[in-house]
Amino acid sequence: MSQATTAAPGAAARGRAGRGRKVNTFPLLAPSVAALLVWMIVPLVLTLWYSLQRYNLLYPERRGFVGLQNYVYILSDSTLQTAILNTIVLTGAVLLLSVVFGTLLAVLLNQEFWGQNLARVLVIAPFFVMPPVAALIWKTMMMNPIQGVIAWVTQSLGLGAISWFQNWPMLSIIIIVAWQWIPFATLILLTAMQSLDHEQMEAARMDGAGAISRFRYVVIPHLSRPITIVIMMETIFLLSVFAEILVTTSGGPGHATTTLTYLIYIRALLSFNIGGASAAGVIAIVLANIVAVFLMRIVAGTLERR
Amino acid sequence: MKKSNGRKFAYTVLAWVVALLVFFPILWMLLTAFKTEKQAVEVPPLLFFHPTLANFAVANSRENYLHFAANSVIVAFGSTALALMIALPAAYAMAFFPGRRTKDLLMWMLSTKMLPPVGVLVPIYIIFQRLGLLDTRAGLVLIDTLMNLPIVVWMLFSFFRDIPGDILEAARMDGVTPRQQMVHLLVPLALPGIASTALLAIILSWNEAFWSINLTAAHAGTLAAYIASFSSPEGLFWAKLSAASVLTVAPIMVFGSLTQRQMVRGLTFGAVK
Repeated sequence: MSQATTAAPGAAARGRAGRGRKVNTFPLLAPSVAALLVWMIVPLVLTLWYSLQRYNLLYPERRGFVGLQNYVYILSDSTLQTAILNTIVLTGAVLLLSVVFGTLLAVLLNQEFWGQNLARVLVIAPFFVMPPVAALIWKTMMMNPIQGVIAWVTQSLGLGAISWFQNWPMLSIIIIVAWQWIPFATLILLTAMQSLDHEQMEAARMDGAGAISRFRYVVIPHLSRPITIVIMMETIFLLSVFAEILVTTSGGPGHATTTLTYLIYIRALLSFNIGGASAAGVIAIVLANIVAVFLMRIVAGTLERR
Repeated sequence: MKKSNGRKFAYTVLAWVVALLVFFPILWMLLTAFKTEKQAVEVPPLLFFHPTLANFAVANSRENYLHFAANSVIVAFGSTALALMIALPAAYAMAFFPGRRTKDLLMWMLSTKMLPPVGVLVPIYIIFQRLGLLDTRAGLVLIDTLMNLPIVVWMLFSFFRDIPGDILEAARMDGVTPRQQMVHLLVPLALPGIASTALLAIILSWNEAFWSINLTAAHAGTLAAYIASFSSPEGLFWAKLSAASVLTVAPIMVFGSLTQRQMVRGLTFGAVK
């Protein structure tokens, strides 16, 4: 790895500076590689190690190797199943919402209209709002059953106020998280739309394709790749949704909004159960890696295409 | 001509209705920040009122907003500078002297991003405790640097690839060392790309909530932790919360809007430009 030569395929063709010479890239790469290697390996090994230990910060004297006991305990605990299910529901729902509405918004914002740039900025804006702020805006000013704007609207329509976090806790979280991630999908897909060949669209129009079939046969195929990327990128972040739950429902009522991330947080930092939390952490890592394998394939494909 | 204008008008109305709907919670936060606490909870919601700046003053003085803001600035800029310093040479090497393993190396760096933070929360917490890094800005700078490093390397790499290698080649012929090339040629040439990369890293670090909530408290807490602390009581102060939130979100929103296109590149690892 330390010696890179221009014998590498494609390098010479692109006219890179290293043509015909050997350059020792090791000192250039070492800091990044070392930092990430440590960042990846040390905590990973420790998580694995702790997951095999009886280790509670409240009872430091009762520490010892317990084998797979933490796993047996946590896997038989119905809270874990609830948490995994909640994680899947939250991630799946937000993904679906952001792909559908992200595509629709991207197509809409890609049309010609007055004030296009400003409207785009407004739609993208929620993505830049930090999660605790987003969650608190929704919790208080939007979804509060008495003074919230939504309560006022539904009451004006004669529908009565909804106690969002009590009666629809998961739906509430989904709405808040989707509000942040639909703009992300829109941003990516809008950028992709702008590279759509105008001549191709025009040709489809000339051939008598209506708006719907142009969307179906020209736009959707063009967006399929960016959509896959949106799904994968969002999945990484959605599996780690935390602040939105912490400041609104704290995982409740009951365990209705406890996701895997939140469960580990409760185990580790609220009940100081290092062993149990680590075992859950290992499970979270395994689940995330299943998703990661797909993402890596897609990105690797991108590198190859150039 | 007339028909297309009518069409444009219809799209304008539709797009703006949708845009304002999506933006509404932020708009409402902005309005609430200028209300009194009493006006903030009024039913029906007040759209027109006599604005007050009192909330901003209170958010500044009593709630210690500035202390947390300073932490956010230090952590965001510190971690970004550190990440750039580590990533620049690596991205340079991979873009201009690609080897057989370069692709694998890039993919591996990306893969570190897949590790869910919560999976390593416990060991990081314990390591920080042992090293006395809990609730320190240095600790958070370290975490944010490592979190953003893969994205920064990738983004720089994708910008560097767009620079014609011939320019650097010519400099090499004249006997310029790689280090000089990087500092005197590459950095100036890729400055817009480096700037967007820095901006994205600042945004990600500024908005990072998981680690700052879990690893910091009163001393090194960032704005994310500060805002999250507003959640405790049910009867909280909406107007003050809004004022603090506006101050927290505004700079990032401006930054973000300026670099949308480049951000897409960074966030999709160069797959969408």
